[in-house]
Amino acid sequence: MASVVERDYIIPANDFTIAGEASSNVRKILSQLGVAPDIVKRTSIAMYEAEINAVIHGNGGQAHVEIDENKIVITISDQGPGIEDLELAMQEGYSTAPDSIREMGFGAGMGLSNMKKNSDILDIKTAVNEGTTVKITVFFK
Amino acid sequence: MKISEIAQLVKAEICTKNYDPEIEIFSACSADLMSDVMAFSKSNALLLTGLINPQVIRTAEMMDIRAVIFVRGKKPLESMIEMAEEKGIVLLATDYPLFVASGKLYKNGISGHGE
Repeated sequence: MASVVERDYIIPANDFTIAGEASSNVRKILSQLGVAPDIVKRTSIAMYEAEINAVIHGNGGQAHVEIDENKIVITISDQGPGIEDLELAMQEGYSTAPDSIREMGFGAGMGLSNMKKNSDILDIKTAVNEGTTVKITVFFK
Repeated sequence: MKISEIAQLVKAEICTKNYDPEIEIFSACSADLMSDVMAFSKSNALLLTGLINPQVIRTAEMMDIRAVIFVRGKKPLESMIEMAEEKGIVLLATDYPLFVASGKLYKNGISGHGE
């Protein structure tokens, strides 16, 4: 697994039927590369939460994924409304999702904390009215 | 506990063709919000939910969840059944509400988070 694998995905806005496709694809790649199942699971959860966030909060966005022999780096960015108070948003249970999103099974206020728990490095850059970029790094060892 | 015993306990209907009665389930999680499910970290798990949409199957996929039981008489959509079969996830459906279905399994030895 010496070479770097790179993938780019478009995350469509408000499309719940295909939300998670990118994460599912990355999960498959990691499994095929022989990455340990617990690492695959952590990466999948972190990326899926970020992907869902881009769908429900960010008006869609894009994902860029880089895999080398030691780690995976996932960058998910959107041009959505941004996060006003990141510290508050990181609190478990805090959510700004409307009821329509909760009816779809999201908006528990666990997304960012699940991302943090399952990443080795989580870097969030956000600006109101400009968008949010989430960079998730998971090491394989 | 074997999935076949679980199906019997909650009188569940089997919705997918990939049903293997020998699948072993060690723990379960009951939730309608998928991020609450993703905060759960046990393996060989079962999900009980009243939510019907494709993201239930996606969440199960990401979490390595082996089987999902839909409660309160809800049935998975055809598109969800197809997706689950492709990903090797068994879908079941029971008429029991979430609390009762969870209680029956807990009483018979399926543990939850933090035990």
